[in-house]
Formats: sequence, C-alpha cells, structure tokens
Amino acid sequence: MRFLPDAEQRAFAASLDAMLGSADTPSVVRAWGRGEHTAGRALWSRLAEAGVFALAVPEAYDGVGPRPVELALAFVELGRHAVPGPLAETVAAAVLLSGSDGLAARFLPSLAAGRTMATVAPEGAFALDGDAAEIRLGLASDGLRLSPGHGPARPSLDPSRRLTRLLPGGELLSPDPPAGLALTWARLATAAQALGVGLALLDRTVAHVGRRTQFGVPVGSFQAVKHRLADARIALEFARPLVLGAALTMRPDDVAAAKLTACEAAYATARTALQLHGAIGYTAEYDLSLWLTRARALRGVWGSPDDCRTAVIDARARPRG
Amino acid sequence: MDLDESAEQQDFRAQARRWLRANVPAEPPASLETEKGFAEHRAWEARLHADRWSVVSWPEEYGGRGVDLVKWLIFEEEYYAAGAPGRVAQNGIGLLAPTLFEHGSAEQRARVLPPMASGEVVWAQAWSEPEAGSDLAALTSRAVRTDGGWLLSGQKTWSSRAAFADRAFGLFRSESGTPKRHQGLTYVMFDLRAPGVTVRPIGRLDGKPAFAELFLDGVFVPDEDVIGEPGRGWRIAMSTAANERGLTLRSPGRFLAAADRLHRLWRERGEPRSARDRVADALVGARAYQLFTYAAAARFLAGEPLSAESSLNKVFWSEYDIALHETALDLLGAEGECADTEWAEPYVFSLAGPIYAGTNEIQRDLVAEHLLGLPKGRR
Ligand SMILES: Cc1cc2nc3c(=O)[nH]c(=O)nc-3n(C[C@H](O)[C@H](O)[C@H](O)COP(=O)(O)OP(=O)(O)OC[C@H]3O[C@@H](n4cnc5c(N)ncnc54)[C@H](O)[C@@H]3O)c2cc1C
Repeated sequence: MRFLPDAEQRAFAASLDAMLGSADTPSVVRAWGRGEHTAGRALWSRLAEAGVFALAVPEAYDGVGPRPVELALAFVELGRHAVPGPLAETVAAAVLLSGSDGLAARFLPSLAAGRTMATVAPEGAFALDGDAAEIRLGLASDGLRLSPGHGPARPSLDPSRRLTRLLPGGELLSPDPPAGLALTWARLATAAQALGVGLALLDRTVAHVGRRTQFGVPVGSFQAVKHRLADARIALEFARPLVLGAALTMRPDDVAAAKLTACEAAYATARTALQLHGAIGYTAEYDLSLWLTRARALRGVWGSPDDCRTAVIDARARPRG
Repeated sequence: MDLDESAEQQDFRAQARRWLRANVPAEPPASLETEKGFAEHRAWEARLHADRWSVVSWPEEYGGRGVDLVKWLIFEEEYYAAGAPGRVAQNGIGLLAPTLFEHGSAEQRARVLPPMASGEVVWAQAWSEPEAGSDLAALTSRAVRTDGGWLLSGQKTWSSRAAFADRAFGLFRSESGTPKRHQGLTYVMFDLRAPGVTVRPIGRLDGKPAFAELFLDGVFVPDEDVIGEPGRGWRIAMSTAANERGLTLRSPGRFLAAADRLHRLWRERGEPRSARDRVADALVGARAYQLFTYAAAARFLAGEPLSAESSLNKVFWSEYDIALHETALDLLGAEGECADTEWAEPYVFSLAGPIYAGTNEIQRDLVAEHLLGLPKGRR
C-alpha cells in the first residue's frame, strides 16, 4: 500500500499546470461563454496532445486508458485553471462508446486526439455545450442515441457553461450502453475538477488577504479571516484523498463520496473566497468570478449531493465486498 | 500509487483479527474513567501485552513487533472493528513513548517502556496549569535544582485519569528571567504517589472522575527522570504535541468502527429520512479520514516529516466525532438522553475533542500561518 501519486504522476500534473498557467485561461473561458469556441478548441487540442482525453480511451482505439488516477490528477489541474468545455462529458462519452467495438472504432480515435468534443445528456438533463460538441449523446429509455442536434443555449449561473437540450431521436447507437460506468467516470472527473476549483479559490483568496490592508494591517492577519481559510484548507485536504482513493477503486460509492465531498468543499471555499474578497469578489470582471460560479455549477451536475449520499448509503445497505 | 495490501500486510491483518476474535472480552469492561474500569482496562493492557499486541509499532526489545505505520493502521482498524476496549495506556504510549524514542536515553527507554507496554505503569500527562492552557508557555510550576535531581512545586490541572494513574510527565520552569518564555523549561517524569504530591480528582461533564489536579510541594525527581537536556523542555514537548495531534492520537479505525455502528443503528431504527444525510456524511467522513491517514503514512514512510498534517487532522476528527455522536443520540430519540446507552460516554468524550490536544482555534491559527502562510496576528 502506497497511497501517494508517484513521481511520473506528479510530473504529469505539474506539466499540465505549467501549460495551462501560460495559456491565459481566463480569456479563453470568457470567450467560450460568449459562444466563441476558437481559443477553447485550440486549448482542447493542446490538452489532447498532453494525453488528457486518451486516459479514458482504451489502447486499441488510440487511447492509453483506462487510467482513472491520471485522469483525476489531470482534472484537478483543469479545475484549477478553470478550463471550459464539456470535459467530464467527453470522458463519459468515451466510456459509453467503449461499450462496443464498432462504436469505439468509429468515435474514439478522434475523441482521444481532441479532434472532436462530445457531450452527453442523461434523460431529462441539459447537455453541456451542445453547440460546441460534434458528438451529442442522449441516454434515452431505449438506449444510447446520437442526437441530431440541440435546442437554443440557455444561460447557466456559470457564464462559461452553455446549457442545451438535445433534439430527440437520431441514430440508436446501443440498446444497453454502460451507463453506470460512464456515470462513475463523469462523477470522478467532476469531483477532481471541483477539487481543483476549490484549490484555486483558496490560493487566490490567500494571496488577496495577504495584500489587502485595512485598519493598517493585512486583513489576513485577523483571526476571523484566518479561521475561515483554515477551514477551507481542511475541507479540501480531506476531499483530495477521497478523489484519489475513488480513482483507485472506481467503486461507485467511493466515487460518490468523492464527488459529494469535493463539491461541498469547493462550494464552501467559494463562499469564503467571495466573502473575504469583499466587493471586488462580487464583480464579473474580476477573474475570481470564473471559479466562484463554476463551483456552484459542478455541485449540481452528474449527481447532486443527495444523489451522492444515496449512492454511499445504498452501497452500505449490502455487505461490502 | 495504490491501496493494495501486500500479502504480508494481509497476513498481519488476518493474524490480528484472529487474535482479537479470540481475546476481546464479550462483556465490555466498565468505563476507564472510573476506578473499577481503570483496573479492568489495566488488566486488558496486560492481556494485549502478553501476546505482543499492546504496542505493535515499537521495537521488539520493548515488547512491540516493530511494524511500520501502515501495519499499525491495519492493526487499529481491526482493533476497533472487533469492538476492543479503549486504551488506558494511551497517554503513555501516544505521548511519552514517542518522546522517549526521540529524546530519551537508552537507560530511560529500557526502564520506562516495558512496564508502560504491559499496563503495569500507567502514565498521565501533566502539562496544563490553571493559568496556562492554550498559552502553555505561561506555565509557572517550578523545578529547583537539588542534590542528584530536582524539586517540583506548583499546580497542574486537567490531567486525564491522573486520579488512578501511576506516574506523570510534564514541563516545569527551571530557570527564571529567561528572555523568552519558551526557554528554561525542563521536561520531567514523576511519581504520582511520591511524597509532596496531592491528587484531587475533578468530575467531568458526566460526573466521572476523569480529571485530576495535582498539587506539588517539593516533589523530588532524580536526574535520570529528566528527559533530554534541562532547560530545553519546550522543544521536546512540542515534538510530542505534533504526535498527539498527528497520526497516533485518533486512528481511523476508531471512526470507521463508529460510523459502522451508527449506520447499523440507523437501519435498526427504520432508516429515518431525517438522519439519512448525516449518516451518509459519517460514512464518508470516516473514509476520508482513513484515506487522508494512509496518504500521510505514505509520506512519512517516504521520509517526509509529519507536522502540518497534525493540525488539519485534529480539527477534522474532533468535529467529525461530535457530529457522528450527535446523530446517534438523535436517532435514539428519547433514549438519547439516557446516560447508560453505549453512545452516552463516547458522546460526552467527543465534546471535549475541540478543547484538548490544543484547542481547534489554536489549530486553525497553525493551519493559517504554517500551511497557508498568512501573517501572524496577535496571540
Ligand atoms: C477531556 C480533556 C482532557 C484533558 N486532558 C489533559 C491532560 O491529560 N493533561 C493536560 O495537561 N491537559 C489536559 N487537558 C487540558 C487541555 O489541554 C486544555 O484544556 C487546553 O489546552 C485549553 O486550555 P484551557 O482549557 O485553559 O482553555 P483556554 O486557553 O482558557 O481557552 C479558552 C477558550 O479561548 C480560546 N482561545 C485561547 N487563546 C486563543 C487565541 N490565541 N486565539 C483564539 N482563541 C483562543 C480557546 O480556543 C478556548 O476556546 C484536557 C482537557 C480536556 C477537556
């Protein structure tokens, strides 16, 4: 038992961090939210070159997967840098399409290479960024369908997320796709992304309260401020092992626990970040807002807190294997 | 990165499980916060020790099995899952022993550790004083030089189970007028039944005589009972404090077992919707704590020091513990008020978690300043 990322895994995360750190993601996010996808697609290609989308794609179809641990580490970085787009959705699509050789051969190589983006909508849900994705998958009652298109984009509380309804019908790809497994991967990716969002919010807030002075001292020297930040750090530090542990076991209850905890920690950190920035935090032009609204959105998708608690407690109702 | 147990680790787990199954008393002993229970727990320590399960991580020469931190965690998981009794020797094993391994002499280790491992000598921690709680360096009890040793005077308080324990360890001011309050302190071990010691039990919230205050009036301590160099006690004590809050004070096994019990209780009570979220959170919290601890152990085994973890850790488990036990009392309904359910004493004990071992306010300061790098404020 050695529950620590190894040197190669750490280097992978660090290289993504460095790449994204120099990519001016805030302006990419803002453009994406306006429906301008060029910069976002360019970034997507670079992420694909780094191998991010290959992690959920089997080797036989130009992938390197399945590698959930590396995927989780990568998604923490995507969250930290507020990368926009149907990220978890593309992962879920890759898993759904891995269910049959025909589908895999048809779709996965271009997903792994970043040439196509996919979005997925479970029945009744919005499909994120249906206007940007080439592959729109609907999980309908009769199976997995390739949707012929999408309705108008509805604005999200997170201005970078574009919510679309998929048009019904379309080609039936598979009558019984691995929906449970895809949900597990999407949840894991979302949990990791949320953890990254929380870490970014914390870092930026720590920097802010160290700079901002009131009453002649940095506001970060006030105990009421320190203690809120300490609580944010504690919550995030206990979410991290759940995310990595879930990636190792891929047990649905572990993944649900990770999603629940990471999203709650990120959301609580967002509340703290907003409060401790004061009014500047409440402006759309200040970059903090990109992470604030993302934390709220991630909390609700791919399993609400209630859904995740249900998964945890239901797994316990049966004896554990 | 992996969570897989090696064949050897699995073997160790199975061995511990077998032993515990055969030896854990069917009828739990009385509360270790009472005189009768203290004696029963002492006997349990002897039982553990006889088969070398009392201090598995210690070197074999002192009664241990020399296992690493991961195996210790495995043992703890099995221990609490088996419903084994709380450890009356905890203060000595968790606080004094690590200090002696780090700062004690070979002679001290050989003399002090074996009877600690067997429960023959149970230790109390004598740090706090009436005017020195969070601000421990404000302590005023004195150690004055005498022939072949030191004479202790002053008052210590809130010493857990000192009413029934045999010996105590604590900090005393051995120099006056030092430029800093943390200087000139000496760390000593002393006998609670020595001439000059008066022990007065103090009932805790539920009335059990768990604490004691100690009045010391010229108590003689021989030189061989000074730990490390006289005057350097602060640094020595602080390494103990990191241990206390760190991995060894509350092993995940305890919370995994408690969360399981809570979940069982919830099912027995008909799975009321009102408590469902809190039960789920308790299960998740125990898993989070387990995995956090595995990661810390892996870092430790890779040679990184464990200091920052301990403050994160302490706030987490202490608040978790209260939430879990409050949920249990709520589930019990009217019975939740009864002092004789299996949840009552652990609930009362959980309430103290944010206070002892450095209050959570102090831990949050440490997280903010040491981990987040925020400016030091007034303290
Ligand atoms: C069950 C239990 C067992 C114990 N066992 C032992 C034992 O075996 N041996 C031993 O030596 N001691 C023991 N203690 C004592 C314990 O270590 C002290 O209670 C603790 O250090 C706090 O000190 P205090 O009680 O004097 O509180 P105080 O220091 O008076 O603090 C009171 C309140 O003020 C807050 N406060 C103080 N300073 C600050 C600050 N700078 N910033 C923000 N808030 C602050 C505290 O957090 C606390 O909320 C035990 C206590 C309990 C409850």
